Amino acid sequence: MYVAVKGGEAAITNAHRLLADRRRGDRSLPSVTIDQIAEQLGLAVDRVMAEASLYDRSLAALAVRQSRGDLIEAIFLLRAYRTTLPRFGSSVPLDTADMQVERRVSATYKDLPGGQLLGPTFDYTHRLLDPSLLSDEAVEEPARREAGEEAIMRVSDILAHEGLIEADGDLPQDQPAGDLTREPLEFPMSRDLRLQALARGDEGFLLALGYSTQRGYGRNHPFVGEVRIGEVEVEMDIPELGFAVSLGRIRVTECQMVNQFKGSSKAPPQFTRGYGLVFGQNERKAMSMSLVDRALRAEELGEDITAPAQDEEFVISHSDNVQATGFVEHLKLPHYVDFQAELAMVRKMRADIEAARNGENEMKDAAE
Amino acid sequence: MDVAQQTVPDTDLAGRRRCAGLLAGATLNEIRAAWDTLAEKPEARPVRGPETGLVMVRGRIGGGGSPFNLGEATVTRATVALASGTVGHAQALGTDKDKARLSAIFDALWQEEASRDFVETAILAPVETRLAAEEAQKAEETAATRVDFFTMVRGDD
Repeated sequence: MYVAVKGGEAAITNAHRLLADRRRGDRSLPSVTIDQIAEQLGLAVDRVMAEASLYDRSLAALAVRQSRGDLIEAIFLLRAYRTTLPRFGSSVPLDTADMQVERRVSATYKDLPGGQLLGPTFDYTHRLLDPSLLSDEAVEEPARREAGEEAIMRVSDILAHEGLIEADGDLPQDQPAGDLTREPLEFPMSRDLRLQALARGDEGFLLALGYSTQRGYGRNHPFVGEVRIGEVEVEMDIPELGFAVSLGRIRVTECQMVNQFKGSSKAPPQFTRGYGLVFGQNERKAMSMSLVDRALRAEELGEDITAPAQDEEFVISHSDNVQATGFVEHLKLPHYVDFQAELAMVRKMRADIEAARNGENEMKDAAE
Repeated sequence: MDVAQQTVPDTDLAGRRRCAGLLAGATLNEIRAAWDTLAEKPEARPVRGPETGLVMVRGRIGGGGSPFNLGEATVTRATVALASGTVGHAQALGTDKDKARLSAIFDALWQEEASRDFVETAILAPVETRLAAEEAQKAEETAATRVDFFTMVRGDD
């Protein structure tokens, strides 16, 4: 039963006013700008875009500012904004082979066409806090070196020549890519829908699941065939023009995980693959995504499903942090009536047990 | 005039694609600067927009397999018609409506013989040069982080 209760308007108004004050913080300090957030907290902005499933650096930076740096709140804000816009159409599929690469490393080949390009990485830093960042010291310009003309070949194409690795994943002919923003989730789902869900999935959740496969819960023997980060062209067919034009560039991170596979009743021994593709620069997420993508292919490859990371319904149903936070956090909203009902029920159960016990004692007394 | 009926001659196709791509890659400042140098501002009737919406960005499974939906991106587009009847379209990532409106006018001007050279020299060429320079700089900065492996000489034999 729902009972209408009024009250709290003034408290809510003042709470939001207080929130605005705390968000601004100490007024003697300059306010942080959207451009500063986009430029200097760029990886937070990238995470918000990826998990909100909306690429727009300025809006994501605005969301980070508005949420006081609470990234799941920022993701929620950007998701909500997304629902206010019409959809014009779909892009031509991105060509990640044609990326302007800013970083590319392979753990499977030392010398590969295009080379190992470290780019702006945290790897090999000593993870020591840098006191120079306490002040605003000038930062050196990056080093430069003549860029080779050599194409930065995909690692999967190198292995493909030997026929020891499975091809890029293909859906059955004529099956259009599913869209979980338009159709309700149904299990089992095809790999295209799983990848869409994983691409917007919570980084921490996917990281933990990927880690669980490494620790033996659905082990899948992974090697990073390649991680690449860079900008790709987004093109869309314009019906008025009759051809595709560029809309601009976006930065993405791609991970090709190569997994040793001893074969099963469904597939011969070969290298299988897990795939990760994420908006922005985020190789932790792309790598986790590719581990989980591979784990979720257990059924397709005829493996035993023994671990959480292989359980499609479990993984996909719990990977969305906006849904998850909505359901967890709703617990703090008023449940006064529910709780009163539960309280009455527990009191009654308690009274019944006591009555029964007293009854037994009286019987005993009478018997004695 | 039905915008959807407008067709583009094949010979202009590559040029129009390049024009649309460079306008999408231009900044609002670059487009405004070109607009400011335009001696006679054409009258442009809005046909559609400027309006902001979403494009579903698609990837491919494994990089080259079947398409899947990666996530959306904001896109702003505009369509305008000049007094001559020439229709211009523009579409670019982001939410900048001024950029879309002015780009659509430049797209229309590019299609007219009399103003094509202006569009080329005032906006397309400078944007193309800037984009190429930025790309070259990034490529050089990345190349400086390339690992040069060498093998240590072993002590025995």
